[in-house]
Amino acid sequence: MEKFSGKVWVLGDDIDTDIIIPTEYLALETVNDMAPYAFSPLRPELAGQIQPGDIIVAGKNFGCGSSREQAPEIIKALGVKCVIAKSFARIFFRNSINNGLLLIENGELADVAKEGDTVAVSLNEAITYQGKEYPIAALPDNLMDIINAGGLVKAMRKLNGLD
Amino acid sequence: MGATIIEKIIRNNTGKDVKPGDIVTVNVDRVMIHDIFIPFVASKFEEMGFQKLWDPDKVVLIYDHLVPASQVDDTRHFRVGNDFVEKYGMKNIHRADGICHQLMTEAGYVKPGNIVFGTDSHTTTYGCVGAFSSGIGYTEMASILGTGTMWVRVPETIRVNITGTLPKNVMAKDIILRLIGDLGADGATYKALEFAGDTVEAMSVASRMSMSNMAIEAGAKCALFTPDEKTAAYCEMTLTDKEKDLVGDADASYCRVINYNAEDFVPVMACPSNVDHVKPIAEIAGKEIDQVFIGSCTNGRLEDLMAAAEVLKGKKVAPFVKLIVTPASRKIYQQALENGTMAILAEAGAMITHPSCGLCCGRAGGILTDGETVVATNNRNFLGRMGTSKVGIYLASPRAAAACAVAGKIVVPE
Repeated sequence: MEKFSGKVWVLGDDIDTDIIIPTEYLALETVNDMAPYAFSPLRPELAGQIQPGDIIVAGKNFGCGSSREQAPEIIKALGVKCVIAKSFARIFFRNSINNGLLLIENGELADVAKEGDTVAVSLNEAITYQGKEYPIAALPDNLMDIINAGGLVKAMRKLNGLD
Repeated sequence: MGATIIEKIIRNNTGKDVKPGDIVTVNVDRVMIHDIFIPFVASKFEEMGFQKLWDPDKVVLIYDHLVPASQVDDTRHFRVGNDFVEKYGMKNIHRADGICHQLMTEAGYVKPGNIVFGTDSHTTTYGCVGAFSSGIGYTEMASILGTGTMWVRVPETIRVNITGTLPKNVMAKDIILRLIGDLGADGATYKALEFAGDTVEAMSVASRMSMSNMAIEAGAKCALFTPDEKTAAYCEMTLTDKEKDLVGDADASYCRVINYNAEDFVPVMACPSNVDHVKPIAEIAGKEIDQVFIGSCTNGRLEDLMAAAEVLKGKKVAPFVKLIVTPASRKIYQQALENGTMAILAEAGAMITHPSCGLCCGRAGGILTDGETVVATNNRNFLGRMGTSKVGIYLASPRAAAACAVAGKIVVPE
């Protein structure tokens, strides 16, 4: 099973999609154009600080609010390896899976993780932080199928006999 | 063993008995795409390799968030949308008729028992007529456009019973805000809400819309009302036995049941900057305000404008307050003109705008700046939603919003 580790950025509860990307930037042409404005209502400097391979740790209901799929796409465009939160909003969860952004639910890490520390992840098994293991659940088969296909676009291309 | 409304809708669609947690593939009855996301839907659809829409008549494209264009980039969305409509032989397009969630039921695209997905999160609105409707992203929309199907996890249901008569100064908006406050912003995540009781039965379809519209603010997948004679009149149809049976059975299994007495409700507001930060208006009264917004897919309907007009009749908006009124659709705009509501609002000093999302999505029509306060009838008060991140947004009913506009401060409506 895949293993990786990364530096964490710690955010609170109810990080909504208007915080992840405000509506005023949604008509920019590409998600790369939008990415510098990620999280700007809450922490305007954050998008410039996140480095590829970093991990976002957050509280409950991450991604609540609108259906804007740019939210997970921008987080992915910033190079974030995965988001570990106490819980995720429903539409954000589907959008993330469909775009290959890994989400991990864990109820404890957000209360103990300190920004700048490193966490290690064993996919579908456990998170390790400062020597302690935090177990995580495996994703259902139908979601692993989409992830294994490389996202929903690739799954549909396969269906249409293109790849 | 009985079934909840959502279990019956999915059972009727798939022909299989289902229980919460089952993952099933449903046949989609209708989809809605709005202007902000059409360029992304179009590019994903073609990237996926589809050559045609599964059923062009089942696809509806609505321009509302960007109408009329306030930034040059917005016009690209209309061009891409128009090209998509022509290329794939679509008929159902609305370029300036109003907000998507108003039009989907008003124009007859959604009927009781339908399964509908839309690219906007407030797609939960169509539960007002007993349809299972929910928001999705543009990649998933592109896959439905090609296949006509979508996988769903059958949700557990939270049943909300409301009985009795509401106080005169309480609207459906106060009920749904109270419920969101009680549940929390994630209290119904992945779940269906089901409303019942004589208070709900006495409500207009418009009031039910305000409630199903905001269900997403508690994380819900959908929010369902049993179709009745009011639904039938609104949808201009006769209900079949199958549609009449979209009622939660007495022996159905609910993950939670919440009971309210209508008499216990009071006017409330969702305070900055979370929708579940709900307080009785009496506790926050006296705060000075800069602006009031009455409109949106939550509260831009005729009964909402009429409730505001009842408060504003013969009065003037406080001199330093800007009152912006945005009808949810062209039809509502015309009805409000015809029955005199618009005249009362204009006489009181309201700025009346074209039907659209307007200020609700913070792109046009009255954005605010640091330190300003707005009382608004829409569904979100997130940081930066209506201007800078230092704007205080208070969500309220149209009746409460109108009272605040006259007083120039937060007050309890009469």
